Amino acid sequence: MVATNDNILSLLENVMDPEVPVLSILDLGIVRKVDAENNTIVITPTYSGCPAMQTIEDDIRKILADNGLENITIETTLTPAWTTDWLSESGRKKLREYGIAPPVGTSKDKNVLFGDEKQVSCPQCRSGNTKLISQFGSTACKALYKCEDCLEPFDYFKCI
Amino acid sequence: MEKQEALIEYCLRLGDNSLILGHRISEWCGHGPILEEDIALTNIALDLVGQARTLLTYAGEVEGKGRTEDDLAYLRQVREYRNCLLLEQENGDFARTIVRQFLFDSYHVPFLEALRSSTDTTLAAFAEKSLKEATYHLRHSSEWMIRLGDGTEESKTRVQGALNELWMYSGELFETDEVESVLQKEKIAPNMDAIKKTWTTNVAGILELATLTQPEAGWMQSGGRTGKHSELLGYILAELQYVQRSYPGCEW
Repeated sequence: MVATNDNILSLLENVMDPEVPVLSILDLGIVRKVDAENNTIVITPTYSGCPAMQTIEDDIRKILADNGLENITIETTLTPAWTTDWLSESGRKKLREYGIAPPVGTSKDKNVLFGDEKQVSCPQCRSGNTKLISQFGSTACKALYKCEDCLEPFDYFKCI
Repeated sequence: MEKQEALIEYCLRLGDNSLILGHRISEWCGHGPILEEDIALTNIALDLVGQARTLLTYAGEVEGKGRTEDDLAYLRQVREYRNCLLLEQENGDFARTIVRQFLFDSYHVPFLEALRSSTDTTLAAFAEKSLKEATYHLRHSSEWMIRLGDGTEESKTRVQGALNELWMYSGELFETDEVESVLQKEKIAPNMDAIKKTWTTNVAGILELATLTQPEAGWMQSGGRTGKHSELLGYILAELQYVQRSYPGCEW
């Protein structure tokens, strides 16, 4: 395969987040730059301690190598800091179908210490009658909620 | 003191704060009082260790002697660690863990807010990223302070006791010496006075909501930032560094 930006992007579409395997790293917005001319891809972590970053880097390298693209440098940048605003529309839809409620609102209103709790819809029955169980869920990027109507517990992708 | 030397020291201080607190909280893994708290504490530990990785990596880069984050985390001696004494204090019961966390988070949020304007682009990017995480941590520890303080007689007694014991370690978070003053001149490090003021107001506000009594201002413990630690840090390092000390260079 010829190393063009479009070719690389189409390959990256197939690299999934190891913790939310329905989302590609493009859906997640963690690929910040593809520069085929200089053989560079720039990615950014969702959270400082995200243990998936190494796996993602390895997966990128593997899929490129499998398609004959080697010697590509993968750089990690912290700036600008990743925000859930970069999650694509198709990413949000895939999350909901997978049973994870996508982030509500934009990252602008996240800094309030005891702000109004946002209304998160249940990804199973779509009811808005849900309750926060814990700000911290199965991975750094998720919180735990429970639906008061269908009684299903579910993950919410935190807005940051 | 040269700027480079000050910057290495500064990154080690910040990095060690996150590393040692992150390690302490990770000791709760599998022992949390309820499942959700076990998960919350380990998530917070993960954020802190991630922050430590960025800072220790950067300290190694600025030093320019080829030391990596791993060399700095696993191969320094106890007197070479630069964390504040508060962060090496034992977990104790859940109340004590929450008080230690609350005192730190209340400092961490306004500190990172200010560090975002650092003229050092790596530190500014680090602050922007970590602030999002620290905001969640502060919300978590503040809510627990209120719940425990305004909870049962038992929870109130425990949280008030922990607050009285740990208060004397809070002053060190705001200390400054030559390291800070060299970096403040270059607008790399923020001025600590405004941060201390925010801390004082916010802590007083939460303690009031929690119906807790703020301990009286008194003598403050000091020393961790210059390597003079309590014996507790040695025990932490014995566990933290065990694998690298026993099997040097081991990787997996």
